[in-house]
Amino acid sequence: MALLEVKDLRVKFHTDDGIVGAVDGVNFSLERGKTLGIVGESGSGKSVTCLSILGLSRGAKVTGEALFEGRDLLKMHPDEMRDVRGKKIAMIFQDPLSSLHPFYKVGAQIVEMIRTHEKISKKEAHDRAVDLLRRVGIPRPERRANDYPHQFSGGMRQRAMIAMALALDPAVLIADEPTTALDVTVQAQVLDLIERLQEEFGTAIIMITHDLGVVADMADEVLVMYAARPVEVGSRRDLYYHPHHPYAWGLLQSIPSVATAHLGERLHPIKGLPPSLIHPPAGCRFHPRCPYVMDVCVREEPKLLPADPTDPGHTSACHLSPEDKQRIWDQEVAPAR
Amino acid sequence: MSDNSDNSDAVSTDSTEAQTPGAGQPLLRVAGVKKYFPITQGIIFQREVGRVHAVDGVDFEVRQGETLGVVGETGCGKSTLGRVICRLLDATEGTIEFDGRDITHLKGGELRRFRRDVQMIFQDPYSSLNPRKRIGAIIGDPFEIHGIADGKQRKLRVQELMEVVGLNPEHYNRYPAEFSGGQRQRIGVARALALRPKLIICDEPVSALDVSIQAQVINLLEDLQNEFNLTYVFIAHDLSVVRHVSDRVAVMYLGKIVELADAKRLYTEPKHPYTGALLSAVPVADPDLSEQRERVILLGDVPSPIDPPSGCRFHPRCPKAQQKCVDEIPPLEPKITGDLAACHFPIEPGENLADAKPGIRQEQAVPTAGA
Repeated sequence: MALLEVKDLRVKFHTDDGIVGAVDGVNFSLERGKTLGIVGESGSGKSVTCLSILGLSRGAKVTGEALFEGRDLLKMHPDEMRDVRGKKIAMIFQDPLSSLHPFYKVGAQIVEMIRTHEKISKKEAHDRAVDLLRRVGIPRPERRANDYPHQFSGGMRQRAMIAMALALDPAVLIADEPTTALDVTVQAQVLDLIERLQEEFGTAIIMITHDLGVVADMADEVLVMYAARPVEVGSRRDLYYHPHHPYAWGLLQSIPSVATAHLGERLHPIKGLPPSLIHPPAGCRFHPRCPYVMDVCVREEPKLLPADPTDPGHTSACHLSPEDKQRIWDQEVAPAR
Repeated sequence: MSDNSDNSDAVSTDSTEAQTPGAGQPLLRVAGVKKYFPITQGIIFQREVGRVHAVDGVDFEVRQGETLGVVGETGCGKSTLGRVICRLLDATEGTIEFDGRDITHLKGGELRRFRRDVQMIFQDPYSSLNPRKRIGAIIGDPFEIHGIADGKQRKLRVQELMEVVGLNPEHYNRYPAEFSGGQRQRIGVARALALRPKLIICDEPVSALDVSIQAQVINLLEDLQNEFNLTYVFIAHDLSVVRHVSDRVAVMYLGKIVELADAKRLYTEPKHPYTGALLSAVPVADPDLSEQRERVILLGDVPSPIDPPSGCRFHPRCPKAQQKCVDEIPPLEPKITGDLAACHFPIEPGENLADAKPGIRQEQAVPTAGA
């Protein structure tokens, strides 16, 4: 059985301008020790999905199911939720400066986190905090535990956040753009650390990112979101070598790559802008920007279905026939990459 | 940006001939430029207790019509360098020559005239546009300041510009808040273009945008370069974007240029170990390639620019460091392929940086506050 199974998750926010459907029917399951990558642009609903699972989307109307160890997280009492959050499912946020409290010492914040969930002495908790800081590669952790967050560099703050998240050996770690605010060399350090810790602890990871490179590096499974809906789900190889959805094609074509960029060649951006989530387009939400739009796309919402019946793990929500997809991919998209 | 390849040697010789007259001539020459920011103590008598060596002796040329990419991590001085070139900041030392003229100490009217030729596009399209001004005024201000057009004439020119950058000219009277991030960046581009500059400094122009929008803005910048024969200094931390747009690339580390090379060769045969490590750290959107590659994980953090390391500034983290690197500052000089690198022991062809072992003891650098 999957460790975490999310079924038909929908999140709505009531605002002055109308109802924002931030997440609209997301399904996924996460196995122990595996990494699920969620990719999408700003406002595609990737962060809200994870916040809602942890009961952190205040003011939102959340429906659906999120089964964790057989219990539905969405129907849990707040007290129970508090027990799960941090201990069983931990989260790392994008900006380590605003997610650490500026007035408390880094060590003390980890101690607080441990002592909230476990009845141990301050001394013991402090020793564990120091040990954790050492494990995530902070030099001289006995001393650095007494520093304030502002005395840490960006990379070290993110390491401290990871130390805190892993303090209680959670089954699931949700990492929301954990390296977006970091430089590439520091990003490499942090991703390397997350991978090593995952091997050591067997943690399942949900990696939310807009960086297709990070997903290619880390994820086993990938969920692509567009305008609050999942548009494609598959293994990372599926997604990079045989993607089925025009949005996924567009994403892959828009990025210049260090390894394969042809100098002087034009990029192929996706035309237009992401739609408003208050009045989303009818039918397929990508249809106003899709170069292969058909009549049916405007009328009917496509379902997330496998394009190839022999590969049920790779699904996409698009009306194009499998033959058309194959043809377009072979003739237009793949050569341009 | 696209096909203005440098004609210094015979590696790439596509369509260099078809350039406008003057192509390949140096438009901007930066010599020994330093920018230090003083750190002071005391309220009335401000004693200088230290200096941040933001840019510490940088030399390079930018040729007419080319795009010079400048890459480096946070705090390496690349943005400060851009601002010094634009004269938004004054250089502590060194000279900047633009179009054959020393502009380092221009003042008053002359400085204003210089600013017609050199413009800047900023990173954050949210904070670089005044939220209380209509975009007609934002894009049209340069015309008024420089006394080029006003009234109806100004409106016409602004709407022309809006069309050039792909905005709807009817939106002349809207406020920045009514535009998306990508559109705002187009407004920034239109404003920079208003006075028909020769050189545009792009400081992280696409970093704040989503990938699909990022590609739109990059294509726009390329089109404008071809149309108006623009020269770009393209500052960014995203190595794949820089590779895509640049003819030559300068890599900065702690206030110095460590490598300056043809864009293609820099990425295929990096000379400086820092460049090598930087390139290996970029995640590639290709699972197979990314599994084959070996990441070079650098130890520690970037040292403080207040008290930079002796000799080569990269020596405390360099996988190839030797005693010589601690004692002697390596000059930026031509290596095997003719590209410039500042390194005593550059990466040899075929060498695997991940296997290199330093010949000195390296302490893990303790970073300073804030970083």
